[in-house]
Amino acid sequence: MASLDDLKKRIASVKSTQKITKAMKMVAAAKLKRAQDSAEKGRPYSEKMNNIILNLSEGISDKENAPKLLSGTGKDQIHLCVVMTSDRGLCGGFNSNIIKKAKSYFSRLSSESKKLKIITVGSKGNDQLKRVFGEKIIENISFKDSKNANFFDAEKVGKIIIEKFQKEEFDICTIFFNQFKNVITQIPQAQQIIPLKADINDKEKSEDNYEFEPDEDEILTNLLPKNISTQIFKAMLENSASEQGARMSAMDNATRNAGEMVDKLTIEYNRSRQAAITKELIEIISGAESL
Amino acid sequence: MSEEFKLEVVNPEKSFLSKDDVTEVVVPAFEGEMGILKDHISIISFLKPGIIKIYSKLGEEKYYIEDGIIEFKNNNLSILTSSIFNIKDVEKSKIDEMLRVAEETAKDNISDQAKYLIDQKIEVLKTIN
Repeated sequence: MASLDDLKKRIASVKSTQKITKAMKMVAAAKLKRAQDSAEKGRPYSEKMNNIILNLSEGISDKENAPKLLSGTGKDQIHLCVVMTSDRGLCGGFNSNIIKKAKSYFSRLSSESKKLKIITVGSKGNDQLKRVFGEKIIENISFKDSKNANFFDAEKVGKIIIEKFQKEEFDICTIFFNQFKNVITQIPQAQQIIPLKADINDKEKSEDNYEFEPDEDEILTNLLPKNISTQIFKAMLENSASEQGARMSAMDNATRNAGEMVDKLTIEYNRSRQAAITKELIEIISGAESL
Repeated sequence: MSEEFKLEVVNPEKSFLSKDDVTEVVVPAFEGEMGILKDHISIISFLKPGIIKIYSKLGEEKYYIEDGIIEFKNNNLSILTSSIFNIKDVEKSKIDEMLRVAEETAKDNISDQAKYLIDQKIEVLKTIN
């Protein structure tokens, strides 16, 4: 059995770990509130953008010559996967869930003998993927310096993707991110952004005839690159809310576990202290008796 | 009958402005300024750098925008933009700074369309100043 001193030290160290996890939980909770707010506030923009594009693509006259970003290159040989993860760890299964989702997608691609290219956003994803898919990663983007997800960063990623698309480096682009549902549930998502897969919702489908200025094609050509950035921004917002949520529940668990451990150790400490005292008493008594 | 309609301005971060008592909105559309009144035909249009004027009972409000897209449908006007601010709130030094950056960009070798947009921007910024 460990000595009293050792037990004391262990209790102290578990307690200080608990303090850290508790503090991290608090910080995550505060940040979660903010991230959740901005994720909710960001939704109208991307929804409206989607609506407009849906209306536009229905109104487009010449489907054959539609912008490539909408209709695709007509091939599906080279896939670009943008895996969006966090820059920091200690957030439970947050990163591994995305990676798992991405990896199963990758293996499906390779079984269909498609070519794969990966862009990782966030350093944690890069760390986990580079061991197996190292040579497939063509770019690693990290926004460690920016405090919150902002549109400027999303635009940077968007520009990189569009540039590569124009150079015909890939045919299909999919982004991987965690969608925030609530604090304990985050759903890993794979969303195809090039060519655009419009989820045609019958309710949203309007019979309205719009007037366009300038014409549909021109608006669409200008709008599609913007939409890519918007979708990425949306993913970033969802991701940052999910990250904080995942961290909060992970740290909550850690705090609880540490508490249990402290309790257990304290009982053990008390028992051995009592045992030591009893032992000393017996020694004294038996010493007195032998006199 | 009231002559008012709904206006919503959203940027990627949040819903910037929401009003339901506007009587007229003037937007800098791609092919010139365009005034929108109630019961306008459904329209989708691209914006160029310029000033949005919003008229309501409370008077006139002016906002500077750099780009955006508008959608008008069933007396709901949505303006999507990534850069918008109230001209009243912005400091002169910031406008100067933006003007300086814009003028520098204009000197670079850029496409005709980009050049057209940046010239517009410079002109608008000068009028605000």
